[in-house]
Amino acid sequence: MRKYRPKDNVQAKAYHTDRFYVVPTVPKEDVSTDKLFSKHLETLKAKVDIQSAYIQIGQLRVEVNHKDNYKAIEILKNECGYEMLTEMSAVDYLAQEGKFEIFYQLLNLKERKRMRVVCKIEQGLAIESVVPLYKSANFAEREMFDMFGIKVNNHPLLKRILMPDDWEGHPLLKRYPLQGDEFAQWYEVDKIFGKEARDIIGPENRDPAKIDRYDTKRFSRVGREVPFGADISEGEPETPIEYSETFFVNYNAGTKQLDKRK
Amino acid sequence: MAQHQVNYASSGGLPVALTTVDHLVNWGRSNSLWPLTYGLACCAIEMMASGDSRYDFDRFGTIFRASPRQADVMILAGTLSKKHAEFARRLYDQMTEPKWVISMGSCANTGGMFNTYATVQGVDRIVPVDIYLPGCAPRPETLQYAMMMLQKKIRRESANMKKNKKQNLRLI
Repeated sequence: MRKYRPKDNVQAKAYHTDRFYVVPTVPKEDVSTDKLFSKHLETLKAKVDIQSAYIQIGQLRVEVNHKDNYKAIEILKNECGYEMLTEMSAVDYLAQEGKFEIFYQLLNLKERKRMRVVCKIEQGLAIESVVPLYKSANFAEREMFDMFGIKVNNHPLLKRILMPDDWEGHPLLKRYPLQGDEFAQWYEVDKIFGKEARDIIGPENRDPAKIDRYDTKRFSRVGREVPFGADISEGEPETPIEYSETFFVNYNAGTKQLDKRK
Repeated sequence: MAQHQVNYASSGGLPVALTTVDHLVNWGRSNSLWPLTYGLACCAIEMMASGDSRYDFDRFGTIFRASPRQADVMILAGTLSKKHAEFARRLYDQMTEPKWVISMGSCANTGGMFNTYATVQGVDRIVPVDIYLPGCAPRPETLQYAMMMLQKKIRRESANMKKNKKQNLRLI
């Protein structure tokens, strides 16, 4: 197994960089290229302060202040016809920018338009809930809270949705280790048996190729087969492989020289 | 007349040997293994297929029971998440003795490909496992083979479960 390195800050310090890698860029278009989008943006601009707006892959992306998220989405829903919130969550950009990016993916069913409202928010700040506008935001905001620890104001029931209620840490943060911190690695043992059982049960085996030859069944190694039940605490006896002479022909043993250059 | 007389002193001393009780009890136990209807992930689909008419678990006397209190075997079929581990253990605790556990599939055996923070790395961390069944997912034939191996194991065991516990050193 590849050695596990602590990935405290993977974003800030990449441990592998490809010299020839070119970061793919998605071309951005001006909002004026699309009639409907520019109309929607004008409606939005009249009431909300917009930080940036452009079209990418046929979708409008609008960045607003994190305090204006409810107001902006309310206008988009009621005045621009974005009736559906297909997805919302956050992205961890703490290492690069020190902020989370919260995005709301909206869909206008009548005009067949999709757009994304984005807002940046520092760690520790709370965002306003959009549950009064979209019912689908209920679970999505709970998941965002569970995975990133971003609190949501005025949410009807803000508690963890995927992880257990007594879980510590927020697993989708980039600094959270993939195989879990100490709390995660002992979670089920601590919960079911108590901390005293840690010594009996032992740490998790994270190596998928691990074979314990001193285990009950004693997986044999080729050439060192040991019968079940034999004591191998002081080394295993070597059992050399015997090839059948019928199949194994030693061409070097004969006197006849096949290759004259020898 | 004398040649037909049973000589108890030279043939074990008693007309009924204790091993016969073991054998009789284990015959009953091994031929009516009732597993708990308990699926965790995709292995559960194969477990359901094993119960269907094509593979037919019933001919082994294996009938899925919906209550842990009526079940003898717990087939842990699939990925066990850490959130669910507590409930799996509770179901195991609710089963009446004698009880056995089959760990079905890679995920249940070792955590499988889910080498992450949220998956139990082998169900033997929370319940004592009798049979480890490899595969991802194991075919119904494999599960049936595991059940037959478990039957073999039970037939070797003592009818006295306390004695078995001492021998096997079952976890906690």
